[in-house]
Order: sequence, then C-alpha cells, then structure tokens
Amino acid sequence: MKLKLVSTVAALAILAPAAAMAETIKIGLLAPQEGVFTEPGNDGIRGFQLALNKYNGEINGNKIEWVLGPTDATPDRAVREARRLIEQEGVDFILGPLSGSEGLALRDYAKTIPDKTIINTASGALETTYVDPAPNFFRFHPDGAQWGYGLGSYVVNEKGWKRVATVAADYSFGYTNFMGFAVDFCKAGGEIVERFWLPLGSGDFASIIAALPDDVDAIYLGVGGTDAVNFLNQYEQAGGDTNIIGGTIMVDQTVLTARGRAKEALVGTPSSGPQADDWDNPEWQAYVKDYQETFPDGFPSPSLFATNYYGATLATLMALEQIGGELDEDQANFHAALSSLEFDAPNGHIKLDENRQAIGSIFITEVVEGADGSLHNTFKAKVDNVDQKLGMSKEEFDAIGLPSRDTPDCAALNP
Amino acid sequence: MSRFIQRNPVWSVIIAVAVAALVWLVVAPWPEGLEAAIGRKRIFLNALFNGITLGALYFLVASGFTLIFGLMKNVNLAHGSLYLLGGYIGYEFAEATGSWLGAFVVVFIIVALIGIVLQYVVFRRMEGEDLRQTLVTIGISIVLADLMLWRWGSHSYQILTPDFLSGPVTLPLITAIRGEGELVYLTFPAVRIAILVASIALGVLMWLALNRTRVGMLIRAGVDDREMLAASGVRIQYVFILVFAFGAGLAGIAGIVGGTFQSVSAGEDMRFLLASLVVVIVGGMGSIFGAALGAVLIGLAEQLGSVYAPTYSVVLTFLIMALVLAFRPQGLLGR
Repeated sequence: MKLKLVSTVAALAILAPAAAMAETIKIGLLAPQEGVFTEPGNDGIRGFQLALNKYNGEINGNKIEWVLGPTDATPDRAVREARRLIEQEGVDFILGPLSGSEGLALRDYAKTIPDKTIINTASGALETTYVDPAPNFFRFHPDGAQWGYGLGSYVVNEKGWKRVATVAADYSFGYTNFMGFAVDFCKAGGEIVERFWLPLGSGDFASIIAALPDDVDAIYLGVGGTDAVNFLNQYEQAGGDTNIIGGTIMVDQTVLTARGRAKEALVGTPSSGPQADDWDNPEWQAYVKDYQETFPDGFPSPSLFATNYYGATLATLMALEQIGGELDEDQANFHAALSSLEFDAPNGHIKLDENRQAIGSIFITEVVEGADGSLHNTFKAKVDNVDQKLGMSKEEFDAIGLPSRDTPDCAALNP
Repeated sequence: MSRFIQRNPVWSVIIAVAVAALVWLVVAPWPEGLEAAIGRKRIFLNALFNGITLGALYFLVASGFTLIFGLMKNVNLAHGSLYLLGGYIGYEFAEATGSWLGAFVVVFIIVALIGIVLQYVVFRRMEGEDLRQTLVTIGISIVLADLMLWRWGSHSYQILTPDFLSGPVTLPLITAIRGEGELVYLTFPAVRIAILVASIALGVLMWLALNRTRVGMLIRAGVDDREMLAASGVRIQYVFILVFAFGAGLAGIAGIVGGTFQSVSAGEDMRFLLASLVVVIVGGMGSIFGAALGAVLIGLAEQLGSVYAPTYSVVLTFLIMALVLAFRPQGLLGR
C-alpha cells in the first residue's frame, strides 16, 4: 500500500514538468500513517482515491496532482505537515485532517494562510467550526456531537432504556460525541446515573467495569479502537451482561473487524453515526460496491473515515468543477463555490451553514452478525438535516455550554 | 525479620497496623459509614485485585528487563518489541492450534531464540558502550515495530481465553450483606486469578533459581562484579546469553498474558517499555524483588487511581517515580 503510494507520488513528480504546460491543481492530503489511527488513516486515503477516480484525475483539462502529508494524529505534527505541504510542496489547498485535536490546530493555522483553503476530511471536534471559525476552513460532514444525535430518543422510545451509566473517552471527541447522545437522551426523559471517563490508552479498565452500577437499563460506551476492544474483553471476563449503547467510534469497522471474541458483546448494540453499512439507498450501495471492488484488501465495507474523506474530496472536486478548475490568486472564487455547494454524498444530502459546517443526515444503527460471521451496522432509522446546534436556537445551544465532562447537565434538559 | 523489628520499632508498628487494616478491609463486611465515605466494598476489592494482577503482568515484563540490566548493564530499549512480538506470535499459534497453554511454550522458545540472536550478533560487539547500545536498541525497536505493523497491521488482536478460564468465578470474600442476611460474594475474572497465581509461582521459582542453584550463583556474582567473575574462569558470555534468552522469553510470554486480558496492537510495545522502565526505576535496577514490588505498586496506583481519582490516574505512576527518584534514587530495593 505504502509502496504503491510512494511510487504514485514519485511518478507524479516525474510527470510534473510535462504537465506544467496546462494548469495543474495540487492537493495536499493529511492522513495519519503512524500510531493508533494508522488503519483509519489508510482507509481515509482509500476514500480520497475513490473520489479522485470518479474524475479521472482531472478537472476541465487541468491535471490534479496530490501529495501525502503523513501525520501521527497529534496537532503539532499535523500543523508541521500542513506547513510543509503549503510552503515547500506548493499545494493549492489541503484536505485533512482525521482526528479532533488536529482539526482544532489546523483551524488556527488556516487563519495564517487566508489565500489558501483547508477542507476538513474527518476530524469531529465541535469547536473547530463553532468557536471562532476560520473563513477558509470547510467541513462537509457532521461533527462529533451531530453524530450522536437521534440515538438518545431512539433508546428511550424504542428500547425503553431510561436509566444509563456512561463510560466515554476522556478527551475532546469523547465529550463531543457523548454530548450529542446526552442532549437528545435527556430531552427524551432519560436519566444519567453516573459518568465515567477513561484516560486514552490506559489498557486496563477492569476496576472501572467493577464500579459500574448494576441497577441501570444500559451502559453507554464511547471509546474507540484498541481501548474499545480492551474494554469489551475485560467486560466479558468480568461477566458483564447489561445492554450496551455504542458511541460512534465504538461500533466502527475498526472495532468490528478486531480479531477475537470480545466484539461479540456488541451484537444488538444500538448506535448512531454518519453511515449505516447496509443502507439500501442505491447511491450508498454503489459507493460500497465501488469501494469493495477497488480495494479488495480494505475493510469488508468502508469505515466512516473512508466515507468522510470521500465526501470531502467529492465536495472539493465539485466546487473545482464549478469554477472550471481555475483558482483565483486569493482563491475567493473557490471559497464562494465551496460555501454555496449542496450535494448528495453517498450518506445523505449535505449543505453548509454560515460557519461552513455541514448540515447532514445521521443514521441510527444496530450491530448485527452477517451470514459469514462478520459484524456490521444495520440500518434502523435516519434523521435528516441535523445541524451543529442540534436543532436548537443559538441561545439555547450556548446555554448548554461546550462539551466537557459535566456538560451537558442532564437534569436541566429533562422535560 | 526479628532484627528488622529490633532496629526499626516504629516502622514495624506502622507496617503491622497497615497490614492489619488492609486485611480487615479485605475480609470484613464494611460498615455503612465507611461505604458512604469511600464507596462500595466491591469496587475497592476489585480495584485492589485488579491492581495486583496488572502488577503481575508488569512483573513478567520488567523482571527480564531488570535482570538483563543488572547483569550486562545493558538498557534494552527493544524489550517492549519482544513483548509485542510474543503477543502476535502467541495469537497466531493459539488461533491455529486452539491451545492457549501451548502458546506459552512456543512463544517462550521463539522469543528466547530472538534474544539469543540479539545478544550474540549485536550486543556482544558493543559491550560496555552504554550510549551505543542504547541507540542500537532504540533502532532495533523501531525496525521491529515497523516490521510488525507491516505483517499484522494496526488491528487489535485478542487472544482467546481457554474455556476453563473464561468468565468470572466467585471468591469466598464477602462484599456486602443484603436485607435478610444474605451474603454477597466477590466475583472476579478467572483468567486474572490464573495469571496472578502463575506470576507468583514464577517469581518464587526465579528466586529459588537465583539463590539456590549454581547458575543463579553465577548470575548473582555477575551482577555484583562481572570482571571478577570473568577473571575467575567463568565463561561469562554463556551466562549473558542465558540471561538474555530468559529475559526475552519472559517478555514474550508476558505478551500472551497481555493479549489475553487486554489486547495486542501496534503501539503496545512502547507502552510496556515505558511501564517496565517505571517499574524498575521504582523498584531498583537489577533487583528481582524490586521489580515485583515496583510492579505491584504501579499496578495498584493505576487501578485504584482509575476508580478513586480518575483525573490524576495518569499522573499517579509518574508521581511515584518522581518521589522515588527524589528520596531514593537507586530505587526502593536497589543498591
């Protein structure tokens, strides 16, 4: 994979002088290639390539080149790579990054390069586009809080689970994704008995599992990756059998394809996020088929990282097409085209709000076991037009406060 | 023992009271006032036992590390990679044959062989050059990490618990008394108890081997003064290879243990290298007892911290390390 990538980049570099006759558009792509987000990063690159293939690598006769900026999902590395791409590689704009804290750092970096553009690919922190947004920073997918929206009322009304304890990762995305769930859950009349926050990557959660109250209807789990697998493993060894409600990254393909038995505890788990693996919409089906055929060594079906990278890239290429592939000196025409863009991504209709943040669809899903024993998220419900303020006015939303350990206050939201 | 009591009467009393209090906390049902103050007994007991089991895992990794350092003065920063490699090989073997116990034997042998190769091909050539060894081991750990990432990707792998160890068991410890005098007993994962017992047995065996056998005598002599040992006609290179193989093998089987009650995935190598560094710094470089003490301390700090002070649990282990370095830089049991 890596070799193929390097050789592609190398080949493009050799071809560059010849192509320089026509206008070339140069894209800088940020994706983690080290650390815990390596696999999500690789899947993101797959999504990017899939979208690029749709345009055969050119817009209106202008060739598209791209350069990879490998990160390790930390904010300082993301900014360093972004700066290298802009200053040394001379890219026209940046697609990236993947993780929440990277996104916040790049929003601040975007303000120092007003003549360039950053199109967010998968990072989900709420503050990136809500607090002090940068005018040249665009996000074409819902943020972490939006991803959690709709799940709360679903578990209260459909499942009848009203008392829950919550366990979530102790960092920005954990708070944000939890907030989306909690706002909706508490408004529907749910009660959060106790909140636990897990430090990232601590490995052994057995004591927290023992501390979970047993008089609850379900446990909300908002952890991801290796932490999620460890938690489930230890939960099963401790004999836990309460219902589970999954945060968005708890039930992603990266966890569902982990080797071992722990993930089986997830069967039947309701969750929410930007996609449902088996949604019967023809465009989604076509996208999944395209993914599976192009990348036989990828996941059984695209992860949300692939989908988000795909959507962001598609939006970028559509905006480029609108302006005929000719970028202004200060990219004002590009910014205007991006801002007014409305399109159908494979996972629903997308338009931007005044902060250049997507208003899109959220899917309620449940984990089921397929015929071949693999797990996937089956479609249960879809909530359209979820905006960043979760359907509230700005005053109401600001009154809740920015996501943190104690925000939102559940009792204040109860009807 | 009695000499210690004679020399430190005050400390003896303090330790005795602390042990008695701990035993009471573990055995007796808690009065309501105490439960109201610090939470239910079940939570405390679970955190306590989990801390000790986590300590057992850290001990498995750190004992090899500390032995290698004690004898060869070689800080092997590739130790975490041996742990991770052991986990991956153990997963592959257990998956292919279904034998969890068999994986321990196979992994111990394979990783020990890798240890022999490392010692014979690499470290033998740079004996006594601390900086060069350190740099080379960092280099090896990076290369190994990338090779493993290439082979196994960044998925999480979980080694399946064998059926006879899966699920919880009930321990004869009362955690609460329900309404009509019905006793509630502590349930605890069976696999963790097995790992704890095995680690203690291994620790005792290592102590016996070091203190009661001829090879153990050679190793202890080597730790104290390896030039003298070499001068008295012992072929010290063989002792080095033996110790390195044993330490590497231990790291390998620790990988299986870690993969069973946590999971194996890229990045764990650095986590466990850091953990074993902290453990041996706290316990004292080169001391097996020190490694055991440090491992249990760190394990307890992590687990009790995660329940009673979640905000500070990450800092807690480093706080312990800083305190030890400030007041007893050679480690609690170091010399």
